[in-house]
Amino acid sequence: MIKTAFKALLSHWSRKPGQLLTLIIGLSLATALWSGVKAINAEANASYDQAAAMLGQDQLQQLVRADAETMDQQVYVALRRAGWLVSPVLEGEVKFGPVKLHLLGIDPLTMPPQAQNVTLAEGDDLAQFVASTGLIYSDPETAARLFGQQIPPLHIVKGIPPGTLITDIGQAQMLLKADSKISRLLVWKTQPQNLVPFNTVEPNLVLREPSQTSDFSRLTDSFHLNLTAFGYLAFIVGLFIVYSAIGLAFEQRRPLFRTLRALGLSLRVLILFLVAELLGMALVAGMIGVALGYVMAALLLPDVTATLRGLYGVDVSGTLTIRPSWWLAGLAIAVAGTLIASAQNVWQVWQMPILAPTQPKAWAAAAAHTRRWQAFVAIFLLLMSLALAKFSHGLFAGFAILGTMMLGAALALPILLAGVLRLAERIAKKPIAIWFWADTRQQLSGQSMALMALLLALATNVGVSTMVSSFRFTFIDYLDQRLASELYVSGRTEAEADAMRAWLATRSNAVLPIWSVDGKVADQPVQIFGLIDHETYRDNWPILSALPDVWDIVARGDGVLINEQLFRRENFKLGDTIDLTGGWQSRVSGIYSDYGNPVGQVIMSNKQLVAHFKDITKLRFGIRIRPEKATALAEDLRAQFELPAQNIVNQADLKRLSLGIFERTFTVTAALNVLTLGVAAIALFASLMTLAEMRLPQLAPIWAMGLTRSQLAWLEFWRSVMLAAFTMILALPVGLALAWILLSVVNVEAFGWRLPMYIFPANWLWLGILGLLTAALAAIFPVRRLARISPAELLKVFANER
Amino acid sequence: MLLSLRNIEKSYSSVEGPLEVLRGVSFDLDAGNSLALTGESGCGKSTLLHLVAGLDQPDSGHITLAGQNLTSLNDAARASLRRGTVGLMFQQFNLIPSLTVAANLAFHAQLSECHDVAWTTTIITKLGLLDLLARYPEQLSGGQQQRVAIGRTLAAKPLLVLADEPTGNLDEATGDAVLDLMLSMVKDAGSALIMATHSPRLAARLDRHLKLHAGQTSA
Repeated sequence: MIKTAFKALLSHWSRKPGQLLTLIIGLSLATALWSGVKAINAEANASYDQAAAMLGQDQLQQLVRADAETMDQQVYVALRRAGWLVSPVLEGEVKFGPVKLHLLGIDPLTMPPQAQNVTLAEGDDLAQFVASTGLIYSDPETAARLFGQQIPPLHIVKGIPPGTLITDIGQAQMLLKADSKISRLLVWKTQPQNLVPFNTVEPNLVLREPSQTSDFSRLTDSFHLNLTAFGYLAFIVGLFIVYSAIGLAFEQRRPLFRTLRALGLSLRVLILFLVAELLGMALVAGMIGVALGYVMAALLLPDVTATLRGLYGVDVSGTLTIRPSWWLAGLAIAVAGTLIASAQNVWQVWQMPILAPTQPKAWAAAAAHTRRWQAFVAIFLLLMSLALAKFSHGLFAGFAILGTMMLGAALALPILLAGVLRLAERIAKKPIAIWFWADTRQQLSGQSMALMALLLALATNVGVSTMVSSFRFTFIDYLDQRLASELYVSGRTEAEADAMRAWLATRSNAVLPIWSVDGKVADQPVQIFGLIDHETYRDNWPILSALPDVWDIVARGDGVLINEQLFRRENFKLGDTIDLTGGWQSRVSGIYSDYGNPVGQVIMSNKQLVAHFKDITKLRFGIRIRPEKATALAEDLRAQFELPAQNIVNQADLKRLSLGIFERTFTVTAALNVLTLGVAAIALFASLMTLAEMRLPQLAPIWAMGLTRSQLAWLEFWRSVMLAAFTMILALPVGLALAWILLSVVNVEAFGWRLPMYIFPANWLWLGILGLLTAALAAIFPVRRLARISPAELLKVFANER
Repeated sequence: MLLSLRNIEKSYSSVEGPLEVLRGVSFDLDAGNSLALTGESGCGKSTLLHLVAGLDQPDSGHITLAGQNLTSLNDAARASLRRGTVGLMFQQFNLIPSLTVAANLAFHAQLSECHDVAWTTTIITKLGLLDLLARYPEQLSGGQQQRVAIGRTLAAKPLLVLADEPTGNLDEATGDAVLDLMLSMVKDAGSALIMATHSPRLAARLDRHLKLHAGQTSA
């Protein structure tokens, strides 16, 4: 009995292979998008953890200077003499050509065992490692980036975080131009007895506890949260497909359920069969989904890596490793999603009286009660979103505003659509029009899930594209302001730079030094720049807020400008005093926008910079000249000083390069946008196919009363397009609200700067066309089938054979 | 002559091969007359009604309705003829679930552009539907639904009414009452009627009676 009953239940799928395919596709896509994003995040997190564990930072205590400055090598010597088992580390940023990397200088002979993450320097290598020629260790990916650059001998090993180089501390001191300096001291876990306290040896030292998380992961949390949110959104959109397909399969098998029950199959066993069947499908679809997700992640990872490097200056491995954890997580989410999507139907079977009517229930029936609840929940969520926007702060609050707003809007959609359709029905005069609107309203409950999915996908598209376009618009404007000089020049030596500036004095309108040092403000790394007092800055610099006569204040040395990132991160106000590297202070006199820069920046007068940082490198400068003369001057300068091509950069080239980086940054977002819209299209298609099977009893009488099959098919087609059009119209304000939340709340929390919002109606038009095309494409197959249906099929409706 | 059928043949494909449903059926019907079609289940009564309505095409033979040869018309022309000339009544009532009783009643008449408000009011009164006009089909009993179906069919004043077991889903008392109403209303509308039924008792109430057996007719 049990075997026969199970076979009878499963036979449904062999009779309806299309339905099975829809279900598997829906679940696979949902799982693929979710697990793809999960894989990307897992890969990035693995890179961060690797960085966090580098040199045992996650296990070992460290000694650092209280002011976070470098310390003299003598401190290390004094501590060793006092019996302390410590090992010196020097770190900093090093540039080989255009490639900027993190350099770690270590002493392999004194390193604690916990710090030896990778096998460094054994045998002959050790001799070369500590030799004056040096040996640099890197992972294969970083080594590939250094191809063609002039570097010391390179040894490739696995286990070093991407973007990091390891070398002997002496070599590092040379490369970083930090003679006899060290950044920190790794403290061995076991120390000799009766040591003198370390601060009696060097009073400025503090002990830093081991850190379990890296700075990177804190910095990039928001970016990954963004991606995760996208992954869940796509998963929910995919679940709409699964819900539709499972709903139909249960509806169509309702008579079979009743028959099996009447023949003696217990309700418990029936439910068990149904759950087993669902789990089987979830596992198959889950495996396909995880495999697809892996492909998607592998394709998107290089762009994610570029984004993380561009936005945060963080290096992440660009190659994907198969991790058992996300295979398991992918299967688990597929099973959980299937159970969620089928819970209502399984519950209905559980509650179904044994003699329940066998006629498939019209989905529209029992909808009124659900709609009332839906309206209540939608209003509650939208009000909650408004309240959160008014009274809460922070990144999670931003996502909560976003989530409640999107979900509230999606739930409100069928109710608003029903209102619009009711109004249209009242206005209509012709019988077909009256029927069209009334019938569309009745179909809403069957299609509402797919339309909600479409609303979410379209609103996300409007929101994210508004954000990206606003970002792009602002960024181009910002580049015009920040890159005001026509040419940017780097001298190979300070003497050459001096000579070039002297040579240019009579050949250009102005020569503007671009000198900077790395420093710290509030224990955070910052770049400190010096500017000369020139109209270029007064006319162009993107000041957001400033004290009156700010440029005079800066020129006099009475204040500094800081970038928006530093201003927001440290909650500075205009007029606040800030402590600057080297133990001196200045006043915050202005704030300027600095899009795309992951670190804080301080600008002061050039005189002040040179006075406070005597060993500053004076190599770079900008040249102001009439744009049409820039190319000729660059050529003259190159010829005069025999400069390599890369030492003179044209403003236009620099802008093109910056824009290129910018565009790549948003490739992932654009790809996820398109994928989500694609999943929504499949959801729409699945729901239309589902409805097409259930629509014949409603369409056959109209056909019998004198409408042709092709007229009915066209009406069905326009119904889909019209519903998509209404959904698009409603998606517009939702998308704009989403853009506002992204720009004004999430962006500020995630990246540290706020962007003005620009609207681009041409984009909406394009997206509208795309939305309508999506609906038209989704409708075309079921509609074509209706247009070609045989009269015998329609006549079955009247013969009570269905 | 309103309707003429000559040598109508119709078969369907089945797993056992072609299934011959109608084999050389011929008969005529004058305007305003009524005809009962009887026979066992599956004898082809419904198929014959569907062919007369232009819902399906015979394999061979000719059907002339209101002067037009149905077999030579394309899909659109047959739909147009159906709209203006034929009224259909089904065992399952097949009302439009998304429209109210009032909109259901007016639907076919408006579609055929012969909506007569006075005649519709008469129908509503005679069929006792005044209190039900704002309701939806799902809110009506079987007898009420069939009264609405009769009203919808006759509101368009079709030349020919085709009724397929119109009381088959109702109990005998309700069925008799509904049939009385239908016959009287068909007469008022001046329409001809072909009714398929299992019941010889009901068939006896119509002008003529045609039996279908093994795809052929006998009087």
